[in-house]
Amino acid sequence: MRKMFLALAAAASVAFAGAAHAEEKLKVGFIYIGPPGDFGWTYQHDQGRKALEAALGDKVETTYLENVPEGADAERSIERLARAGNKLIFATSFGYMDAVMKVAKKFPDVKFEHATGYKTAENVSVYNSRFYEGRYIQGQIAAKMSKAGVAGYIASVPIPEVVQGINSFMLGAQSVNPDFKVKVVWVNSWFDPGKEADAAKALIDQGVDIITQHTDSTAAMQVAAERGIKAFGQASDMIKFGPTTQLTSIVDNWSPYYIERTKAVLDGTWKSQNVFHGMKEGFVVMAPYTNMPDDVKKMAEETQAKITSGAFKPFTGPIKKQDGSVWLKQGETADDAAILGMNFYVAGIDDKLPQ
Amino acid sequence: MRIELVRRPQHSVLFSALSPLIALALTLVAGAILFALMGKPPLHGLYVYFVEPLTEVWSLHELMVKAAPLILIAAGLALCFRSNNWNIGAEGQFIAGAIAGSILPVMFPDFQSWAVLPLMLLMGMAGGAAYAGIPAFLKVRFNTNEILTSLMLVYVAQYFLDWIVRGPWRNPQGYNFPETRQFNDSAILPEIWSASGRAHWGIVLALVAAVVLWFVLSRTMKGFEVRVLGASPRAGRFAGFSAGKMTFFVFLVSGACAGLAGIAEVSGAIGQLRPSISPGYGFTAIIVAFLGRLNPLGIVAAGFVLALSYLGGEAAQVAIGISEKSARIFQGMILFFVLASDTLIHYRIRLIFSPKAKPAQEKS
Repeated sequence: MRKMFLALAAAASVAFAGAAHAEEKLKVGFIYIGPPGDFGWTYQHDQGRKALEAALGDKVETTYLENVPEGADAERSIERLARAGNKLIFATSFGYMDAVMKVAKKFPDVKFEHATGYKTAENVSVYNSRFYEGRYIQGQIAAKMSKAGVAGYIASVPIPEVVQGINSFMLGAQSVNPDFKVKVVWVNSWFDPGKEADAAKALIDQGVDIITQHTDSTAAMQVAAERGIKAFGQASDMIKFGPTTQLTSIVDNWSPYYIERTKAVLDGTWKSQNVFHGMKEGFVVMAPYTNMPDDVKKMAEETQAKITSGAFKPFTGPIKKQDGSVWLKQGETADDAAILGMNFYVAGIDDKLPQ
Repeated sequence: MRIELVRRPQHSVLFSALSPLIALALTLVAGAILFALMGKPPLHGLYVYFVEPLTEVWSLHELMVKAAPLILIAAGLALCFRSNNWNIGAEGQFIAGAIAGSILPVMFPDFQSWAVLPLMLLMGMAGGAAYAGIPAFLKVRFNTNEILTSLMLVYVAQYFLDWIVRGPWRNPQGYNFPETRQFNDSAILPEIWSASGRAHWGIVLALVAAVVLWFVLSRTMKGFEVRVLGASPRAGRFAGFSAGKMTFFVFLVSGACAGLAGIAEVSGAIGQLRPSISPGYGFTAIIVAFLGRLNPLGIVAAGFVLALSYLGGEAAQVAIGISEKSARIFQGMILFFVLASDTLIHYRIRLIFSPKAKPAQEKS
């Protein structure tokens, strides 16, 4: 009897040792709005997750839930990750905001990181990227490269992040050619290859010879390649889909942030914060400048260097709003609150912002 | 060689009753094969999918959250389908109900009283019913195909919702993001037992509606009328029943159910309107209705099965790392096997080897 007891105790201690060993791994969860195979938004977040695994190896274990709709399902999905023992959860779409806040209240010992939102708590951080910095460079390139003097802009949904991009693109283009035109098509979706391709075709038929997009699939790039015009990629380097088409692409680079924040949880220094980073911090990376003459490339690189060093900010006055009123006076720069809540076009954009 | 389906002179009552269970069993077998092909242990996979979500209290709450709109919509659709009216647009009526029900909390946020919630639910039902009235009217007045009109009105409702949350109803404190203000507390459908999870009173509404509709369908004259007109419009006419009135009746009832589901989801589970409020409940409810044999009580069970397939799909992503698409596959397989078993109960397969041989047809 006594022997059996000892054997049981030994077995139990081995089992518990195993459990304790497993617990040393920090479980990190990710919630994705789309499939990781979209070669756009979700793909880049998933690249960040993979980089995290590669960098921290056996210290972390990652899990993700894909195609999680914003709304009632998000709360359950986030709670499921929290209940499955994830101590750090990245929610990678704006619409998860209120769900994150609700679950965070129930799990005070779990850290939450919410992309592109604005609500924070003791255990909720938000992180956002100044994608518009890259758009300014794209606008400059477009104005140099376009013969027709008009670019097509495939836009997803009219939230501030997308409006920032359109305005910044326009300001960049106007800095080269004050008469440059931008045609905007709203597809009301972040990922809908069919609609994105249709939008690209319609724009080309209307005479644009450069296409840029703020949607997540590679469809527009492929249409541009078929029709023999130039285009910009979005969220990831799409050069594979348009080797002679892509001029450059804004690449969302989340890897350093994911690694840094996970390390912070591991060594106990994680604190709630609100970051809005851009080229300087490596959030926004430009894919190689391709399919353009050297002088255009040089201009793009110079602008990139100025934005990276902080010497230049895209939203610097004088800038007029579409209705002709003054937004920023000479030399004045927009503050982050104005950028994060942007809901108007700058002068020169030939479209009515859906309100 | 050809394959023909020949109607059985008499179908087995036993197998008709067992058909959904047979379909479920076949789905499980096919699912196990699927897991094995993906290199995952099949039994563990099925356990994670269909049993684990039932072992935890919070997960049971989530099951009720998910099942409530499915049951509510499908119970209404049962009435419709039984009367041979094909309302495919419950998704749109769900949205119309959600919008109509949200008028009070969004436009009059300062009106806070016990009366707000009942009014919201009534307005949601009215909104859904009114929206379902459009295809009913078109069918009765112009003989339009209600499958097409009700389906197309789904997109109209979706875009209307999209417009209203970006435009007139946008939250003034929301940084221009497309969502309405958060509902105040008096406009929130309370949780039943909030200490343990977030199931709200929507599930109670759904169960009550299912029982009421079951009673109407099987125990009242109106229900008899529904069944007669559905089985044989000609016989219905001889009995003096009006097919037109019936179309209006079933569309309005199913629209009201979908509308109630919409406002209950928004008020209970989401707490505000946003561009997308349903992951396709109105369409999944069609599967629920058929899996439940168009019987409101069967639909209660079917609603929980389909809700479980959603939760299981998510649990399987976390536990064994398979794609969320597997949930769709399971739902598709359930519908496929239900329809296949029903077909084989009513028909038998005959192989015809000679191309010229004429089959002895028994017209149905």
